Amino acid sequence: MPRREAPAACAGAPAEVQGRRGAIRRIGWGSLALAGSLAGCGRGSKNPEGPLDFWAMGREAEVVTELLGAFHARHPAVRVRVQQLPWTAAHEKLLTAYAGDALPDLCQLGNTWLPEFSALGALEPLDERMAAAGIPRDDYFTGVLDTNLMPADGGASRLLGVPWYVDTRLIFYRTDLLRAAGHAGPPETWSEWRAAMRDIRRLAGGRSYGVLFPLNEPDPLFALSLQQGSVLSEDDTRGAFSQPPFRRALDFYASVFRDDLAPRMANTQISNVWDEFARGLFAFYVTGPWNIGEFRRRLPPERQGDWAAAPLPGPDGPGVSTAGGSSLVIFRNSRRKEAAWKLISYLSEPETMQRFHALTGDLPPRRSAWRTPALADDPPSQAFARQLERVHAAPKIPEWERIFQEMQLTAERVVQGRQRPEAACRELDTWVDAVLEKRRWLRSRRA
Amino acid sequence: MTKHGAAAWILAGPALLVIAVFFALPVVAGLALSLTDFDIYALADLSTLRFVGLQNYAHLLQTPLFWQALGNTLYFVVVGVPVSIGLSLGAALLLDSRFARWQPFFRTSLFAPVVTTAVAVAVIWRYLLHARYGLVNQGLAAIGVAPVDWLGDPHWSMPAIIAFAAWKNFGYNMIILLAALQAVPRDLYEAARIDGAGAVRRFTDVTLPMLMPTFVLVGILTVSGYFQLFAEPYVMTQGGPLRSTFSMLYLMYEEGFRWWNLGNASAVAFLLFIVIFCASWVMLRFDRDAPGRR
Repeated sequence: MPRREAPAACAGAPAEVQGRRGAIRRIGWGSLALAGSLAGCGRGSKNPEGPLDFWAMGREAEVVTELLGAFHARHPAVRVRVQQLPWTAAHEKLLTAYAGDALPDLCQLGNTWLPEFSALGALEPLDERMAAAGIPRDDYFTGVLDTNLMPADGGASRLLGVPWYVDTRLIFYRTDLLRAAGHAGPPETWSEWRAAMRDIRRLAGGRSYGVLFPLNEPDPLFALSLQQGSVLSEDDTRGAFSQPPFRRALDFYASVFRDDLAPRMANTQISNVWDEFARGLFAFYVTGPWNIGEFRRRLPPERQGDWAAAPLPGPDGPGVSTAGGSSLVIFRNSRRKEAAWKLISYLSEPETMQRFHALTGDLPPRRSAWRTPALADDPPSQAFARQLERVHAAPKIPEWERIFQEMQLTAERVVQGRQRPEAACRELDTWVDAVLEKRRWLRSRRA
Repeated sequence: MTKHGAAAWILAGPALLVIAVFFALPVVAGLALSLTDFDIYALADLSTLRFVGLQNYAHLLQTPLFWQALGNTLYFVVVGVPVSIGLSLGAALLLDSRFARWQPFFRTSLFAPVVTTAVAVAVIWRYLLHARYGLVNQGLAAIGVAPVDWLGDPHWSMPAIIAFAAWKNFGYNMIILLAALQAVPRDLYEAARIDGAGAVRRFTDVTLPMLMPTFVLVGILTVSGYFQLFAEPYVMTQGGPLRSTFSMLYLMYEEGFRWWNLGNASAVAFLLFIVIFCASWVMLRFDRDAPGRR
């Protein structure tokens, strides 16, 4: 998933949100403006000779300007204007820009947002450009590239984005606690994992929990359920959360809490995850690549030798995980697609990706970019390299983000003991079916 | 049509036109939108827009999140409005006092929060309320109170938002109440004093009844304003923690701009309108039926 820990939220507030009354009025105006743009007035009047507009989010936007020196040296005619969007406001900003025909030429897009912009028909297919530029597709981690392939007419698929950096979830763990509990290496299966967590819980009078699954984060549960199968059925038009695949994942997830191997806590209730990890509140933490850097910065020096990362355990051997990250896309209405593609292919070169990784810690999506010592000789990064060979895309539908959040609210109710899993999953399916009603209607209309 | 009638229409015309275009039309468009399932697919291709009648409304009334948002909003209104008006009244009484010096200076500085940008001052309040480094908790620590995670604890987040909103808004009502206070005839106080009324009796039996009509006006303005809680939680808590500061307007915003279900969002807007309308109507009734009013 593209989102990281919410950045300083105040930076995310668009300046135009000035008052309660203003917000109500904007909805009204939004609908009018929308009607206007749908009526077809004034699409694309941009100057093809103007600078290239590139929207990027958060830290990546800050860093990408440092990479542009070499690009300008190679393409002096192309000027690039980078606009930074805060993650918290980016999605609304992009949709409003679509409605108002004010999209940039190219953009960084969280890969779970691709289906939405694909449904809008806002993205330029990149298959031909990719082939012409000689960028080998099979150099990309398969599961990550797949998140950028959107189904097209006639069962084919089109490439609508080029992966820029990748994100997945795996386990960070305390090697010393695991060793003290009598386990030589990280667990590879669910049963090994559970056994390790039990042994750690027994250690030192139950001071440590086995794992931290923050209750407000859907990613760990979704990664576990990806290992079991699909959570949607009938061509992604109905929920399948009551079906055995998701139920097995939820049962494992809930049993970890039931056996008191995980604290019932949201991330917001833990003021500092790194302090608690260093103190040994939990031995395993399912999280993403940015924590490699954070662990090095924030764990005290005496703990630096006591942590490692390993691929996510699966039901019967190393399991799959989520395929997140960000892609670079070109918008269909752009008048500067050639220049935009030049920038994308520059940013997709393994050397650029390596510099990008050095500046941000973002993991590159191309296997050839991983040949730098900074990645190849770094054990936690190598755990990610192994995991990235086993990642699956989330359902490619615009409603996914919403379903994803609702899935976690359901799981939270089950974990807190407020609802039995059968009833909770049935209710979730009913909710999902209602959300996907439009998709069923669209499908029947096409048929 | 008479000659006078024509002249009246010509004179009122521009204003009516503005009201029609900028008020009536958006409201009607919003109402129409709330009867459709306008969503991301309709945005891409208008032919997928469907008329769904009152389904959006029925669906909302069955959504727990809607009731939670309504509950949070009512909490904010029921607690926030009295606190806010109480603060305004207190400040107005202090300013109206015979002993007050530099009245224009204090009037201006107490009014200042009203004209500042909510987003900008919310950022400052976030610093003040920070669990570890905030000035509020440092002050509490000085008198031996354990630190409170104001914006992170679901029990404290709404009180924190209320405190912020009351501080931000009390100056506006203060000015109105101050004007009303200054309009109370001085001879009423004199007569009361001659009848032997102390300061408290003069306040409860002269000041408050004379302010009653102003209270109704201030009350309606504040209630309808507070029902539209949005900027404060948007900037300070993003509706969290655990949706404890998730308001009706926030729900509308999420439906409309996060999930792009403009049909649903418009339905939320109209339900909110009905709630505010009912609340204002009840307050007007209350005022009309109040003892001593004709």
